[in-house]
Amino acid sequence: MENLEALHENNKMNARVRKNSIWKSIFFLSTLFGLVVLVILIARVLFQGASWIDLDFITGRLSTNADRAGIMGAILGTVWVMLVVIPVTLIIGVGTAIYLELYSKKGTIRSFIETNISNLAGVPSIVYGLLGLTVFVRLMDFGNVVLAGGLTLALLVLPILIVSAQEALRAVPGHLSEASYGMGATKWQTIRRIILPAAIPSILTGSILSLSRAIGETAPLTVLGIPALLIPFPNGLFDTFTALPMQIYYWTIDASLVAEYANLAAATIIVLLLILFILNSVAIIIRNKYQQRY
Amino acid sequence: MNMATDNKVQIEVSNDHTTTENNTTQKRVVYDTKNLNLWYSENHALKDINLEMKENEVTAIIGPSGCGKSTYIKTLNRMVELVPGVSTTGSIAYKGNNILDKSMNVEDLRTRVGMVFQKPNPFPKSIYENVAYGPKIHGIKKKALLDDIVEKSLRGAAIWDEVKDRLNENAYGLSGGQQQRVCIARCLAIEPDVILMDEPTSALDPISTLKIEELIKELKQNYTIIIVTHNMQQAARISDRTVFMLNGEVVEFSETDQLFSNPKDKRTEDYITGRFG
Repeated sequence: MENLEALHENNKMNARVRKNSIWKSIFFLSTLFGLVVLVILIARVLFQGASWIDLDFITGRLSTNADRAGIMGAILGTVWVMLVVIPVTLIIGVGTAIYLELYSKKGTIRSFIETNISNLAGVPSIVYGLLGLTVFVRLMDFGNVVLAGGLTLALLVLPILIVSAQEALRAVPGHLSEASYGMGATKWQTIRRIILPAAIPSILTGSILSLSRAIGETAPLTVLGIPALLIPFPNGLFDTFTALPMQIYYWTIDASLVAEYANLAAATIIVLLLILFILNSVAIIIRNKYQQRY
Repeated sequence: MNMATDNKVQIEVSNDHTTTENNTTQKRVVYDTKNLNLWYSENHALKDINLEMKENEVTAIIGPSGCGKSTYIKTLNRMVELVPGVSTTGSIAYKGNNILDKSMNVEDLRTRVGMVFQKPNPFPKSIYENVAYGPKIHGIKKKALLDDIVEKSLRGAAIWDEVKDRLNENAYGLSGGQQQRVCIARCLAIEPDVILMDEPTSALDPISTLKIEELIKELKQNYTIIIVTHNMQQAARISDRTVFMLNGEVVEFSETDQLFSNPKDKRTEDYITGRFG
């Protein structure tokens, strides 16, 4: 007992305790830093733009007159682009993941492909813009239309989706597929009836998250030459369009000409953030609902 | 689907579904393993296995961990191939057809040879869907027929009374022992001739174990059962013949009473008297 008390009075012990609290504060401050910046950002955007959001702003057409300008064109443009991105990424992304995870043999070729897909996920988005410009806009001669923008963004998020879908498939316990094979099911029957149903919640979560990444992307669209001009609402795959991030981009640039454009940009940011927030919430809800089903 | 389409079919197949209660002298050989060797890459896991397994009998395979008993039973329906890098030599004749032959259709084989696994592994579906899974993948769509098969299979696995009012509930809500009997029902639903069981009670409590053992004795009337078990008492209680394996080899194979009361090999005696393993 005496020893223990001696320990408590020991200065070295106090130094250790102090060191512990210092490190704890450092880690806490790091966390706080990000949070504070985020709060400032949102507060500033809300302060600047919230009063500009009303029904007319959401449903209105674009105008050079700041008071009359609306973002319906940009919203529709974003929706149209997503209508291209969703099926393309889901079909190609999940297909690739199924092939790599369930059909291809483990080996050097497979790990070479997987490494490259991971690397592609890190390629700057502007490079995808250049790819889209070369292939879809010029080579295939689509022009800067919905289809070109959608395919470019699809390529951009495809690696992310493939990796997350692979992880989802890998997480399905092997004893489930064993049971299926054990009853004489073919590989495809096992994939379709056992593995995919078990993996679909995680695949959906991954695809919603990559979709929200695509919605916010600006750089590739600027390279494609997507305008934010007074153009008609897009009505099909081969119509020119603008998108929410492009609208923000142009209004921010032009704020030097008309000061109110900065408020319009802030208001558009709020709308975009809301959409992303809703998408991410849906992803979280799906994930929580289907967690630990097996 | 039908093995009769296979040109290697022998005449034995013609009386395929006769479940006549032959006397021991008349029992047909279901599995005839000859000089089977198996490697996991470089690891020689099964060495010169020669075994004959007979119809409507329970054959137990015992031996210490790593002796190859699970590997062997998984070779009987070629599930062992799911492990990359497996190679084999020798032959296993299932009713006259060498199942290790490349021309063997594994889906067909696994429809005739059902398997129950160590850990209860129901699908994350309803009890009904679990049992109906096999018939469905083999093309049965009629609801009435599926209903019949599900009931018959659940009755066959002695679990119908416990689950008949909750067929649409998720199988994960059942206890481990009930899950394992649903898995047995799922296996019966494809109407196999042989049921392979890989330590089916090792994850279960004693009462569930007892129920499964009683079930196995009943199933013997209509099915050939090959069971891997860690539990020697279990082998003694339920099996007609017992195989003792050690280090990838068959040390002894004889009538269960014979093997446990009067083992011929010193190693068998040491194992069953608990000197190792």
